[in-house]
Order: sequence, then C-alpha cells, then structure tokens
Amino acid sequence: MRKHRQALKNARQEMHTFRVRSLVAACLVVLLTGALMARLVYLQVVQHDVYITRSENNRVRVEPLPPTRGLIYDRNGELLAENRPTYNLTLVRERVDDIDATLALLIDLLDLPDAEIDAFRERSRQRQRPFQPALLMSDLSEEQIAKLAVNRYRLPGVEVEAQLLRYYPDAKIMSHALGFVGRINAEELNQLDPGNYAGTHFVGKTGVERYYEDELHGQAGLRKVETNARGRVLRELGRTDPVPGKNLTLTIDKDLQSLAVDLMDGRRGSIVAIAPKTGEILAMVSTPGFDSNQFVTGIDVASYRALQNDIDLPLFNRAARGHYPAGSTVKPFMALSGLVEGEITPSDTIYDPGYYQLPNDSRRYRNWLRWGHGKVDMERAITVSNNTYFYSLAHELGIDAISKHMHQFGFGERVTQDVYGESTGLMPSREWKRERFNQPWYPGETLSVGIGQGYLQVTPLQLATATAVLANRGHWVKPRLAKNIGDEEVPVDLPDTKQDITIENNEWWDDIYAGMENVLSGREGTARRAGKGLEYRMGGKSGTAQVFSLGQDEKYNADELAERLRDHALFIAFAPVDDPQIAISVIVENAGGGSSHASYLARDMADAWILGRDDKETDDDSEGDGA
Amino acid sequence: MTVLSDLTRSLRARPVRPPQSGMSRRKSLWMRVHLDPWLLLLLVVLMGAGLIVLYSASGQSMAVVEAQAIRLGVALVVMAGLAQLSPVTLMRWAPLAYGGTLLMLVAVEVMGDVGMGAKRWLIIPGVMRFQPSELMKLAMPMMLAAYLGRRQLPPRVPDLMVCALILALPVVLIARQPDLGTSLLVATAAVFVVLLAGLSWRFIAFFSVLIASALPLLWMNMHDYQRQRVLTFLNPESDPLGAGWNIIQSTTAIGSGGVFGKGWLEGTQSQLEFLPERHTDFIVAVLGEEFGLIGMLAVLCLYLLIVARGLWLSNGAQDSFGRLLAGSIILTFFIYVFVNVGMVSGILPVVGVPLPLVSYGGTSSVTLMAGFGILMSIHSHRRLLPR
Repeated sequence: MRKHRQALKNARQEMHTFRVRSLVAACLVVLLTGALMARLVYLQVVQHDVYITRSENNRVRVEPLPPTRGLIYDRNGELLAENRPTYNLTLVRERVDDIDATLALLIDLLDLPDAEIDAFRERSRQRQRPFQPALLMSDLSEEQIAKLAVNRYRLPGVEVEAQLLRYYPDAKIMSHALGFVGRINAEELNQLDPGNYAGTHFVGKTGVERYYEDELHGQAGLRKVETNARGRVLRELGRTDPVPGKNLTLTIDKDLQSLAVDLMDGRRGSIVAIAPKTGEILAMVSTPGFDSNQFVTGIDVASYRALQNDIDLPLFNRAARGHYPAGSTVKPFMALSGLVEGEITPSDTIYDPGYYQLPNDSRRYRNWLRWGHGKVDMERAITVSNNTYFYSLAHELGIDAISKHMHQFGFGERVTQDVYGESTGLMPSREWKRERFNQPWYPGETLSVGIGQGYLQVTPLQLATATAVLANRGHWVKPRLAKNIGDEEVPVDLPDTKQDITIENNEWWDDIYAGMENVLSGREGTARRAGKGLEYRMGGKSGTAQVFSLGQDEKYNADELAERLRDHALFIAFAPVDDPQIAISVIVENAGGGSSHASYLARDMADAWILGRDDKETDDDSEGDGA
Repeated sequence: MTVLSDLTRSLRARPVRPPQSGMSRRKSLWMRVHLDPWLLLLLVVLMGAGLIVLYSASGQSMAVVEAQAIRLGVALVVMAGLAQLSPVTLMRWAPLAYGGTLLMLVAVEVMGDVGMGAKRWLIIPGVMRFQPSELMKLAMPMMLAAYLGRRQLPPRVPDLMVCALILALPVVLIARQPDLGTSLLVATAAVFVVLLAGLSWRFIAFFSVLIASALPLLWMNMHDYQRQRVLTFLNPESDPLGAGWNIIQSTTAIGSGGVFGKGWLEGTQSQLEFLPERHTDFIVAVLGEEFGLIGMLAVLCLYLLIVARGLWLSNGAQDSFGRLLAGSIILTFFIYVFVNVGMVSGILPVVGVPLPLVSYGGTSSVTLMAGFGILMSIHSHRRLLPR
C-alpha cells in the first residue's frame, strides 16, 4: 500500500506536469488557429475585392468577333470585291513549347522559300495581346493543309483556321480605282482602334478600300467566354454580334472601265470619265495596272520588287496622282477666263502671223502652225488650237487672273470627294513662285501657262472634273466613287463643294462649246477624224504635252529613252453638248504622232456610254494636228 | 470566484474520480466497445463535410467520392480495431512497431520504389505498396511514450539522449528519401512527447536556439525544389506562372470566396482548374471559395473541437504512456491542420501536407484514424486497470 501510494504520488506529479503542458499546448492551439482565422478574414473580407477581380480575370476572356467586310459592287451591281473563304496558319505563342523548333518545322513542312523565312518569323511575333493567334501565312494550299494536319501532334499551338479573304475578280482593270486590302502592319496597328480591329487581320491600304475603310470594315463584336486554366473555352457568357461592314456600290461602270483599259491597249496613261450632272466617276483607269489580289495575302518580295522597279510604274495611280502638263486642253478654260475678265469678247479677232511677241522682247513664241492661222476669233482659236491667240490672251490676263480662274475649275486643288491619295496638281502663281524659288514671276512664264505648259501641272482627274464643270455651265458637282454606302445613297450635293462659276452672259458657255464642238465636227477641227460620223453633239479639245520627268531615270536604254521622250497625247471631251451625260479626259503617255490618238479613245468612250455601243473602229491614220 | 474554483476543481478531479453512483459504475455501451462517442461524432461530421467538398473539388466525380468514402470506412474500422487493444499491449508492442518500421525505412533506402523524384514507396509484390514513413508517424510517438513512460519524469539528460537517438534515426532516413515534410512531422510528433513529458523550460529555450542556428545548415542541405518552395513562398509573384502559380491561385480562390462563398460547385477557381491539386493538398481552397469565411470558420472550429476533445481524453489517461501518446497524437493532428491551412492561405511555404480526413488520399486517413483509435483505447481502457 505504501509502495502503491508512492507510485500514486509520483503519478500525480507527472499528471500535474502533463496537465500544465497540455494547457499550454491548448493555448498555443487556440493562438495558431486564431492566426489562421485572422489570415482568412484578411483574404476573404479585407482583400475580397482584389481577389474577386483576380478570379474574374482568370476565368473570363473577351474574344473579338471580327465583322465581315462589306462587298463592293459597280453601278450595275457587278461584284468587284468579294470575300472568299481561305485557310490561314495561326500560332499562339503561349501554347508553343519550343518556338524555334516549331517555326523550323513549319518552314520545312510548308516548303517556304528562303526569302520568305524572315518575314515568317517576324509575323510570329506580331500580335496585340497574350494568347492572340499570330497570322503566319494566308491562303494555304490543299497540300499544305494536308501536311499540317498529318503533323498536327507535333505542333501544339499551331492552328489552321478558316477565314474570309478579300478577292478582286477584276483586279487587273480595277486595281487603281478599288485599291486593295493588306495585312495590318505594325504602324497601322498603332493607329487603328484596337477594340474594333482586335480580330481583324486586314485593312484597306489604298483606293476605295482605304477611303471607305470605316464603312467597309464594320463594327467588331465580342463574346465573353469562360475559359479554364489551360485557356480552353468552356462556355459563352455573353455575346455582342459584329455589325458587318456596309456594302459599297460604286459609280464606276465596270463595262466602261473595261473598255477604257482595252482602249489604252497596253500604253501608259489614264482615262477618267465623269457624269457631269451627278459627279459620278464612271471610269477611272490608270495603265498599266497590277493584280491587287497579290497584295491581299502578302506579295512575295521578288514580285513586289519587280512591280516597284517596273519603269512603267504599274503601282502608280496616274489618274489621281499623275502630274501632266495640260497642254492645249487648257484653252477653253483660258477663253472663259478672258470673257469673264472682259479681256476678250467672242467676236474679237487677232491676226496670227505664226508667232507671238511680248512688247519690247524680240523672242518669238511660236504657233504650232509655222505660217499661222491668219485671222482668228475665240471660237476658231479653240477649234484650231491656235497658240498665238492664247499667248496674247494670257499676257492680257496676267498670271494672277489666270490662277484665280483656273482654281475655280479645280486646277491646283483636290477636287473629288473620295478618291484616295488624290494630288492637287500645280496651278502656279506669283506667290507660289516666290515661295518655291524665291524668284519673281516673268511675263514669258504666263504665256507658257496660257497654252498649258510651263509650271502648270494637272491630273487626269482634274482635267475630267474641269471638263464636267465646263459642260455643266459652271455648276460644280463634286466627283465621287461611291454611289451607295450600304442602303444609303450618296447625295449629289456634297459638303465642301466648290462654288459654282457664274458669269454675266450665259451665252458665253455656248460660244466656248461651239469652239469645242468644231474640234470634232468642224472642217478645221484638230480631232475631226475622231468626230467622223458622230450621232450626237460632242465637244472636245485636244492637247499635246511635252514630256516631263515622270519615270525618267538614268537607267533607261537609248531605245526606250527615245520612245519615252515623245509627247503625251491629251484629250478632253463632253457629250452630248446640250445635255451632257459624260465628261472625259484621256492621257496617253508618249503617244507620239500628235494628239489625235487620245481623241479616238474619248470618242469610243462617249459612244459606249451614250449609245450603249462598244465598237473600237479607230482608224489609226492621223495627221500632225493640235498642240 | 466560487464558480471558477468549482470549475477548476471539477476539471482537475473528474477524470480520475472513481465512479460514484451505482448507475455510472456500470460501464456504458460506448466504454464497452472502447469508443468515445463525442470524438467519433466530431470525426464523422468532419468526414461528411470533407466528402461534400471533395465532390466539388474532384470535378463532381462520384467515383472519387466513393473511393474516398471506402477509404474512410476502412480507416474507421482500423480505428475501432486499434481501440480494442489495451494501452498495455500497445506499450508492449511499441519497440517492435518502431523497430519494424525503422527496418522498412532502411529497406526503402536500399530498394525502394522511386516515384515523383523521391524514394518513398515499399512494394510488397502483389499485395500493396505503401510508405513506411507514414507508419512512423505513429510508431515514433509510441516508442518515445513507451520509453519515457517507464522513466521518472520529467526526463533527465541521459533519457533525453536516448530520445534524441530514437528521434534522429527515422527522421534522417525519411529526410533522405527525400521527404522533408514527413520527416519534420515525424520529428514534431516525437518532440510533442518530450515536451508533454515535462522537458524543462530551460531545455526548451536551449533547443529553440539550437534549431534556429541550424536553419542555415538545413537550407544548405535542401534540394533545389525544396528551396524553390521556400523562395516562392516568400515572393509568389516572382514566378506567377511557374512555382508561384499554386499559391497565387489558392489565395485567389479563398479571397474571392468572401464571407459567404460562391456556393457549392460554383467556385470558378476550383471548377475551372485554376486551382492545382484541388482535391488533395489544396482542397481547403475549394472550401474557402465555395463556402466562404463561414465555411472555413466552421471547419476550423470542428478541428478545434476535435483537438479539445483529444486533449481532454489524454488528460484522462491513467499512466504517463497513455497521456504522452494521446497528447502527441492529438497535437500532431492539429499541426497537420495548421500547416495545411497555413500553406494554402499563404502564410506558410508549400509542403506536401494534406488536410486531415478531408484531402483525398488513403494512407494519411488510415494513419490518422489509427491514431484516434489509440486515443480511444487509452481513454476507454482506464477502468480495466487494477486500482
């Protein structure tokens, strides 16, 4: 019993120790649990907002839904630009384990030419945000798709996706008027609205595609999707459908445009046709053209270099940007300026000895006909394209008045509503010369401008526009390419249209028209051959432009130089005179053999438009007339 | 004041007070089956809650829930079985259990199966493969409690030396597998025994300093992945898609749950697989996301109650062996909870410790329930001792 008590006492003490220790432990347990709870309160109450946002960002991804680009039709509903389904190669960098190996394998599978490899690698880096697929290659061939499909297991993160690609069925004849779309480049990326273009790979680069980019592109939609940790879409949480781009109906008549290209017959130059009453551009041709479809998928370096270095400058839009001396086509406008300024009346005559001399100057400014036209009034001066008359008139008007009146016709200004990249040309003035060369204006220079030479430079588009205004008796209608944007018709009266040209005596218009009609129909007309058998009244004016530096380059060989030094042939025309339906400007570069060449083209254009006839019975014999 | 003294008296007196009335002299049914109804109830409630969370965390896989339920059932059977053994038997078998497990650890060292970059598994061909280190979690405190239970307490220095040896052998072997987490937990179980045995405060202070100064040594002996875990813990944002991912996603899951949670099966972090190891080590993040602060506090309270009941029962043990073993088991249980929740909520580095009885996994559940079986045995066999 004693022994037992001893043991019990010992046990009591041990039990006491244990009790104290376990009480301490219990306190620690409570303390540590308290720490956990405090942490949970911090996470779930204090920082709750931060973490709820973070978890939402984790889960919800916004995916852009690119809109379908609007189609482009000609005025008769012929399709000019469509969207064709094609297959593209895309890559999501985040899902690729070894980017270098993957790219190397792709290059091998696709059999890319060496020249393309760098661009290919570069494209794999182009994207706007993480997990956005980068477009590596467009328009895969069936064979390429098959090869990729077979090797799919080796290519995580690489996808072949279907996409609508722009296609121009009549690229060759429409290239400059339509322009084209191309892959969005780094520079454009910074300028475009990133939200609206998040899913879009292409943007209008030139022409109508560029000018009406906003309308054609449409509004991107988006869908909110729930994704799991590996980025796979599990379900759609919400969706805003994209608004497709608006279809565009152009004022261009595909048949007339096609005729114009045929008429140019491989020569360099431009034909522009405008409906004077509505400003509708019926045809706008710059030759040679190019295949704009090449640019959609990304033209290869060699082809692009070839186009760029082509001495015929196929990429250059002559209609909107080509600077040409107006030559004698400026004369009707000069005559009207003279009438308005009161320097001449229609019946005033001069005697042309074959040259003109400024007072106190021995230099002779020659008429194109060495022996002169003799007695010349305004109408005859236009018909025979008499230089002496217009030297005299220019001198009397002075450069200031000429510049003022020419501007009223749109020379030296951008004249159209929606032609992309349109140039102003150059209408020289005293101020311009002072600024440009820091030199005074010389009277001799006024004479050059008076016959459309010298500093004066016009674009085919300006010439056609001025002709339309002339045919309209001074009433301005802004030329345009868009007839309908979506369902909305583009109005004839556009904002910022130039002021109408009003003159005291409306019969003066008829006097000018009479001179121009005789160009085609008169016995002395410079284009009387082209006017043979006219079934309606047509006014016109020929012109010859001395060659300027367009495309002149030291690389040219002698033969080409000789060909390229020939004069350009110009012709402006409108018809019918009493109810103008079409105003035309034609420029054929280095046509040689005088200006008549261009007049036939204008006649055929007018015939096709007015008579609905498409005959190209041009007889090529031409006399050296018109200057 | 009287109330307080009454309470303390009852707290002190009741466990050892002999049965007073004839009514309680008769052993209750629960005592006869050697189970503690309160502890059992708490454990079953916890398991039930765990299965509900597991259903969500497994991506709503009934198969996973069934498998886990079967394991928990097995674990309950193991618990009930161990509860039938008397503490005397346990004490007698302790050296055998310890020695056998130690041998198996050596076997793992020599011929263990390599899995996930570490040698942890022992395969008995055709029967099973298991981790001896798991067994050591029980064998260790049993051995130490058995040893110290025969000695005079508080332990003296020679006894402590023996304890240190008993501790060091398996801990070093497990750490070499390498499985730093388990070796630390085994060591923790051992340390609890010694602390509860009444290790003097002076020694405690001394060892604390010793351990603190040994930390750099520990760091130098760590594997790269272990160091990475610690570094990531210190700054998870340094590698948000790599090593920091786990901790960022789990804190995001818990934090986004808020007070009331997103609702069962509604947790986006959990259901959309942002959460790693969501049905094993990180299951508490699923709880936090879907049931919010309220769910978290409820489960933590459940654990607290289990720990409280466990400590209560260990105080009722009639000898040192029972007290030390029971106390160590229940405190180690708490450490599991603390380390797991602490790691998932981002206040401790990521170590592979599952949430007891809730995380998916068989071995740990069985080991834990075996511990509770021992606890119940210690509690329910006391009156069989001669008085």
